[in-house]
Amino acid sequence: MYRGQSGMWSWLLHRVTGVAILLFLLVHIVDITILGFGPTVYNNALQVFATPFVRLVSLALIASVLYHSFNGVRIMLIDFWPQGVKYQGALWVGVLALTLIGFVAMGYFVMLPVFQGCPPHQCGN
Amino acid sequence: MRTSIYTSTRPASTKGGMTFELFSWYFMRISGLALVFLAIIHLVVMHVSNDVSQTSYDFVATRYQNPFWRVYDLLLLSLALFHGLNGLRVIIDDYVRNQAWRLAWQTFVAVIAVVFWITGTITVVTFHPGSAPLSAFFGMLFHR
Repeated sequence: MYRGQSGMWSWLLHRVTGVAILLFLLVHIVDITILGFGPTVYNNALQVFATPFVRLVSLALIASVLYHSFNGVRIMLIDFWPQGVKYQGALWVGVLALTLIGFVAMGYFVMLPVFQGCPPHQCGN
Repeated sequence: MRTSIYTSTRPASTKGGMTFELFSWYFMRISGLALVFLAIIHLVVMHVSNDVSQTSYDFVATRYQNPFWRVYDLLLLSLALFHGLNGLRVIIDDYVRNQAWRLAWQTFVAVIAVVFWITGTITVVTFHPGSAPLSAFFGMLFHR
Protein backbone atom coordinates (compact mmCIF):
# COMPACT_ATOMS: atom_id res chain seq x y z
CA MET A 1 0.00 0.00 0.00
CA TYR A 2 0.92 3.63 -0.28
CA ARG A 3 1.12 4.27 3.44
CA GLY A 4 0.26 7.80 4.44
CA GLN A 5 -0.01 9.19 0.90
CA SER A 6 -3.11 10.43 -0.87
CA GLY A 7 -3.55 7.05 -2.61
CA MET A 8 -4.11 5.33 0.73
CA TRP A 9 -6.66 7.86 1.95
CA SER A 10 -8.61 7.90 -1.32
CA TRP A 11 -8.72 4.08 -1.22
CA LEU A 12 -9.72 3.90 2.46
CA LEU A 13 -12.44 6.55 2.05
CA HIS A 14 -13.77 4.68 -0.99
CA ARG A 15 -14.15 1.51 1.10
CA VAL A 16 -15.64 3.18 4.15
CA THR A 17 -18.17 5.21 2.11
CA GLY A 18 -19.00 2.09 0.07
CA VAL A 19 -19.82 0.02 3.17
CA ALA A 20 -21.81 2.92 4.66
CA ILE A 21 -23.90 3.30 1.48
CA LEU A 22 -24.51 -0.48 1.36
CA LEU A 23 -25.73 -0.50 4.98
CA PHE A 24 -28.07 2.39 4.22
CA LEU A 25 -29.34 0.61 1.10
CA LEU A 26 -30.27 -2.48 3.12
CA VAL A 27 -32.16 -0.31 5.65
CA HIS A 28 -33.80 1.55 2.76
CA ILE A 29 -35.05 -1.68 1.15
CA VAL A 30 -36.66 -2.59 4.48
CA ASP A 31 -38.31 0.83 4.93
CA ILE A 32 -39.66 0.80 1.37
CA THR A 33 -41.18 -2.62 2.08
CA ILE A 34 -43.42 -0.87 4.66
CA LEU A 35 -45.40 0.46 1.64
CA GLY A 36 -47.05 -2.97 1.70
CA PHE A 37 -48.73 -2.10 5.02
CA GLY A 38 -50.69 0.75 3.44
CA PRO A 39 -50.62 4.56 3.69
CA THR A 40 -51.17 5.04 7.44
CA VAL A 41 -48.38 2.75 8.60
CA TYR A 42 -46.01 3.94 5.84
CA ASN A 43 -46.57 7.67 6.41
CA ASN A 44 -46.14 7.30 10.18
CA ALA A 45 -42.99 5.20 9.88
CA LEU A 46 -41.37 7.39 7.24
CA GLN A 47 -41.77 10.56 9.31
CA VAL A 48 -38.61 9.48 11.10
CA PHE A 49 -36.65 10.45 7.96
CA ALA A 50 -37.78 14.04 8.39
CA THR A 51 -36.56 14.45 11.98
CA PRO A 52 -33.51 16.70 12.49
CA PHE A 53 -31.31 13.79 13.62
CA VAL A 54 -32.09 11.60 10.62
CA ARG A 55 -31.61 14.64 8.37
CA LEU A 56 -28.05 14.76 9.71
CA VAL A 57 -27.67 11.05 8.87
CA SER A 58 -28.91 11.92 5.36
CA LEU A 59 -26.09 14.47 5.11
CA ALA A 60 -23.57 11.69 5.80
CA LEU A 61 -25.25 9.53 3.14
CA ILE A 62 -25.17 12.35 0.58
CA ALA A 63 -21.49 13.05 1.28
CA SER A 64 -20.72 9.33 0.97
CA VAL A 65 -22.59 8.94 -2.33
CA LEU A 66 -20.96 12.04 -3.84
CA TYR A 67 -17.43 11.02 -2.81
CA HIS A 68 -17.87 7.38 -3.86
CA SER A 69 -19.33 8.48 -7.23
CA PHE A 70 -16.67 11.03 -8.09
CA ASN A 71 -13.81 8.86 -6.82
CA GLY A 72 -15.26 5.97 -8.83
CA VAL A 73 -14.98 8.12 -11.95
CA ARG A 74 -11.39 8.89 -10.92
CA ILE A 75 -10.65 5.15 -10.66
CA MET A 76 -12.07 4.62 -14.15
CA LEU A 77 -9.94 7.46 -15.49
CA ILE A 78 -6.88 5.81 -13.93
CA ASP A 79 -7.92 2.49 -15.51
CA PHE A 80 -8.82 3.61 -19.01
CA TRP A 81 -7.12 6.98 -19.65
CA PRO A 82 -3.39 6.56 -20.36
CA GLN A 83 -2.55 9.81 -18.53
CA GLY A 84 -4.80 8.89 -15.58
CA VAL A 85 -2.09 7.48 -13.29
CA LYS A 86 0.07 10.57 -13.80
CA TYR A 87 -2.73 12.90 -12.70
CA GLN A 88 -4.30 10.68 -9.99
CA GLY A 89 -3.27 13.11 -7.22
CA ALA A 90 -4.72 16.14 -8.99
CA LEU A 91 -7.84 14.11 -9.85
CA TRP A 92 -8.31 13.32 -6.15
CA VAL A 93 -8.19 17.01 -5.27
CA GLY A 94 -10.86 17.50 -7.95
CA VAL A 95 -12.94 14.67 -6.41
CA LEU A 96 -12.75 16.30 -2.96
CA ALA A 97 -13.64 19.72 -4.40
CA LEU A 98 -16.67 18.39 -6.34
CA THR A 99 -17.80 16.41 -3.27
CA LEU A 100 -17.59 19.52 -1.09
CA ILE A 101 -19.45 21.72 -3.58
CA GLY A 102 -22.20 19.13 -4.13
CA PHE A 103 -22.46 18.45 -0.40
CA VAL A 104 -22.89 22.13 0.54
CA ALA A 105 -25.44 22.69 -2.25
CA MET A 106 -27.56 19.62 -1.41
CA GLY A 107 -26.98 19.81 2.35
CA TYR A 108 -28.46 23.32 2.40
CA PHE A 109 -31.78 22.02 1.06
CA VAL A 110 -31.80 18.98 3.38
CA MET A 111 -31.31 21.18 6.46
CA LEU A 112 -33.48 24.12 5.30
CA PRO A 113 -36.54 23.10 7.40
CA VAL A 114 -34.26 22.89 10.46
CA PHE A 115 -32.88 26.39 9.74
CA GLN A 116 -36.48 27.57 9.50
CA GLY A 117 -37.23 26.34 13.02
CA CYS A 118 -38.53 22.92 12.03
CA PRO A 119 -42.19 23.37 11.11
CA PRO A 120 -43.95 20.19 12.36
CA HIS A 121 -45.23 19.21 8.91
CA GLN A 122 -41.64 19.15 7.64
CA CYS A 123 -39.72 17.70 10.56
CA GLY A 124 -42.04 14.89 11.63
CA ASN A 125 -44.44 14.85 14.60
CA MET B 1 -3.65 -8.39 -0.18
CA ARG B 2 -5.98 -8.53 -3.13
CA THR B 3 -7.40 -5.14 -3.89
CA SER B 4 -8.45 -5.85 -7.45
CA ILE B 5 -11.54 -3.68 -7.47
CA TYR B 6 -9.58 -0.62 -6.56
CA THR B 7 -6.16 -0.78 -8.16
CA SER B 8 -5.92 -0.70 -11.93
CA THR B 9 -4.70 -4.29 -12.03
CA ARG B 10 -7.33 -5.84 -14.26
CA PRO B 11 -7.76 -9.53 -13.29
CA ALA B 12 -6.17 -11.89 -15.82
CA SER B 13 -8.39 -13.87 -18.14
CA THR B 14 -7.59 -17.44 -19.02
CA LYS B 15 -6.79 -17.77 -22.74
CA GLY B 16 -8.76 -14.64 -23.51
CA GLY B 17 -11.90 -16.02 -21.86
CA MET B 18 -14.03 -14.38 -19.20
CA THR B 19 -13.33 -15.37 -15.60
CA PHE B 20 -15.62 -14.41 -12.73
CA GLU B 21 -13.05 -11.93 -11.38
CA LEU B 22 -12.71 -10.24 -14.78
CA PHE B 23 -16.49 -10.09 -15.12
CA SER B 24 -16.65 -8.61 -11.61
CA TRP B 25 -14.03 -5.99 -12.54
CA TYR B 26 -16.02 -4.85 -15.58
CA PHE B 27 -19.35 -5.06 -13.74
CA MET B 28 -18.09 -2.69 -11.01
CA ARG B 29 -17.13 -0.12 -13.65
CA ILE B 30 -20.23 -0.38 -15.84
CA SER B 31 -22.68 -0.45 -12.91
CA GLY B 32 -20.63 2.24 -11.16
CA LEU B 33 -20.86 4.62 -14.10
CA ALA B 34 -24.64 4.08 -14.35
CA LEU B 35 -25.02 4.54 -10.57
CA VAL B 36 -23.24 7.92 -10.64
CA PHE B 37 -26.30 9.21 -12.52
CA LEU B 38 -29.01 6.96 -11.04
CA ALA B 39 -28.03 7.52 -7.39
CA ILE B 40 -27.30 11.26 -7.57
CA ILE B 41 -30.51 12.03 -9.53
CA HIS B 42 -32.43 9.92 -6.98
CA LEU B 43 -30.94 11.95 -4.10
CA VAL B 44 -31.71 15.27 -5.84
CA VAL B 45 -35.34 14.25 -6.51
CA MET B 46 -35.91 12.98 -2.95
CA HIS B 47 -33.95 15.59 -0.96
CA VAL B 48 -33.66 18.75 -3.06
CA SER B 49 -36.53 19.19 -5.55
CA ASN B 50 -38.80 17.62 -2.90
CA ASP B 51 -38.32 17.61 0.85
CA VAL B 52 -38.17 14.14 2.50
CA SER B 53 -41.29 15.03 4.47
CA GLN B 54 -43.19 15.19 1.15
CA THR B 55 -42.18 11.73 -0.03
CA SER B 56 -45.36 10.13 1.37
CA TYR B 57 -47.43 7.14 0.27
CA ASP B 58 -49.41 9.38 -2.12
CA PHE B 59 -46.13 10.72 -3.54
CA VAL B 60 -45.04 7.16 -4.36
CA ALA B 61 -48.50 6.33 -5.78
CA THR B 62 -48.42 9.33 -8.14
CA ARG B 63 -44.84 8.64 -9.14
CA TYR B 64 -45.45 4.95 -9.82
CA GLN B 65 -48.33 5.71 -12.20
CA ASN B 66 -45.49 6.33 -14.63
CA PRO B 67 -43.71 3.04 -15.44
CA PHE B 68 -40.54 5.04 -16.13
CA TRP B 69 -39.94 5.49 -12.37
CA ARG B 70 -40.58 1.80 -11.66
CA VAL B 71 -37.96 0.85 -14.24
CA TYR B 72 -35.66 3.57 -12.88
CA ASP B 73 -36.04 2.33 -9.29
CA LEU B 74 -35.64 -1.32 -10.30
CA LEU B 75 -32.42 -0.47 -12.13
CA LEU B 76 -31.15 1.60 -9.18
CA LEU B 77 -32.09 -1.14 -6.70
CA SER B 78 -30.49 -3.95 -8.71
CA LEU B 79 -27.27 -2.20 -9.70
CA ALA B 80 -26.71 -0.59 -6.28
CA LEU B 81 -27.39 -3.83 -4.39
CA PHE B 82 -25.15 -6.03 -6.54
CA HIS B 83 -22.43 -3.35 -6.83
CA GLY B 84 -22.43 -2.89 -3.05
CA LEU B 85 -22.52 -6.58 -2.16
CA ASN B 86 -19.83 -7.39 -4.73
CA GLY B 87 -17.72 -4.71 -3.06
CA LEU B 88 -18.37 -6.40 0.28
CA ARG B 89 -17.32 -9.74 -1.26
CA VAL B 90 -13.97 -8.21 -2.25
CA ILE B 91 -13.50 -6.72 1.23
CA ILE B 92 -14.16 -10.17 2.75
CA ASP B 93 -11.57 -11.67 0.37
CA ASP B 94 -9.10 -9.04 1.57
CA TYR B 95 -9.53 -9.44 5.30
CA VAL B 96 -10.89 -12.94 6.02
CA ARG B 97 -7.97 -15.29 5.55
CA ASN B 98 -9.47 -18.42 7.08
CA GLN B 99 -11.12 -20.54 4.35
CA ALA B 100 -14.08 -21.69 6.44
CA TRP B 101 -14.90 -18.20 7.69
CA ARG B 102 -14.49 -16.81 4.19
CA LEU B 103 -17.01 -19.34 2.85
CA ALA B 104 -19.38 -18.56 5.72
CA TRP B 105 -19.20 -14.78 5.11
CA GLN B 106 -19.61 -15.12 1.37
CA THR B 107 -22.59 -17.43 1.79
CA PHE B 108 -24.07 -14.75 4.05
CA VAL B 109 -23.48 -12.11 1.35
CA ALA B 110 -25.13 -14.33 -1.28
CA VAL B 111 -28.19 -14.91 0.92
CA ILE B 112 -28.49 -11.15 1.61
CA ALA B 113 -28.27 -10.51 -2.15
CA VAL B 114 -31.11 -12.90 -3.00
CA VAL B 115 -33.41 -11.97 -0.09
CA PHE B 116 -33.05 -8.19 -0.43
CA TRP B 117 -33.26 -8.20 -4.23
CA ILE B 118 -36.48 -10.22 -4.19
CA THR B 119 -37.97 -8.09 -1.37
CA GLY B 120 -37.16 -4.80 -3.10
CA THR B 121 -38.26 -6.01 -6.51
CA ILE B 122 -41.64 -7.20 -5.21
CA THR B 123 -42.34 -3.71 -3.82
CA VAL B 124 -41.21 -1.84 -6.95
CA VAL B 125 -43.07 -4.13 -9.36
CA THR B 126 -46.28 -4.92 -7.45
CA PHE B 127 -46.93 -1.66 -5.53
CA HIS B 128 -50.56 -0.70 -6.07
CA PRO B 129 -52.17 2.16 -4.12
CA GLY B 130 -55.03 1.00 -1.94
CA SER B 131 -53.81 -2.55 -1.58
CA ALA B 132 -51.86 -3.48 1.54
CA PRO B 133 -50.69 -7.04 0.94
CA LEU B 134 -48.44 -7.15 4.02
CA SER B 135 -51.27 -5.96 6.30
CA ALA B 136 -53.49 -8.63 4.79
CA PHE B 137 -50.78 -11.26 5.22
CA PHE B 138 -49.97 -10.47 8.86
CA GLY B 139 -53.65 -9.98 9.60
CA MET B 140 -54.24 -13.51 8.34
CA LEU B 141 -51.42 -14.80 10.57
CA PHE B 142 -52.41 -13.08 13.79
CA HIS B 143 -56.18 -12.56 13.66
CA ARG B 144 -57.53 -15.99 12.73
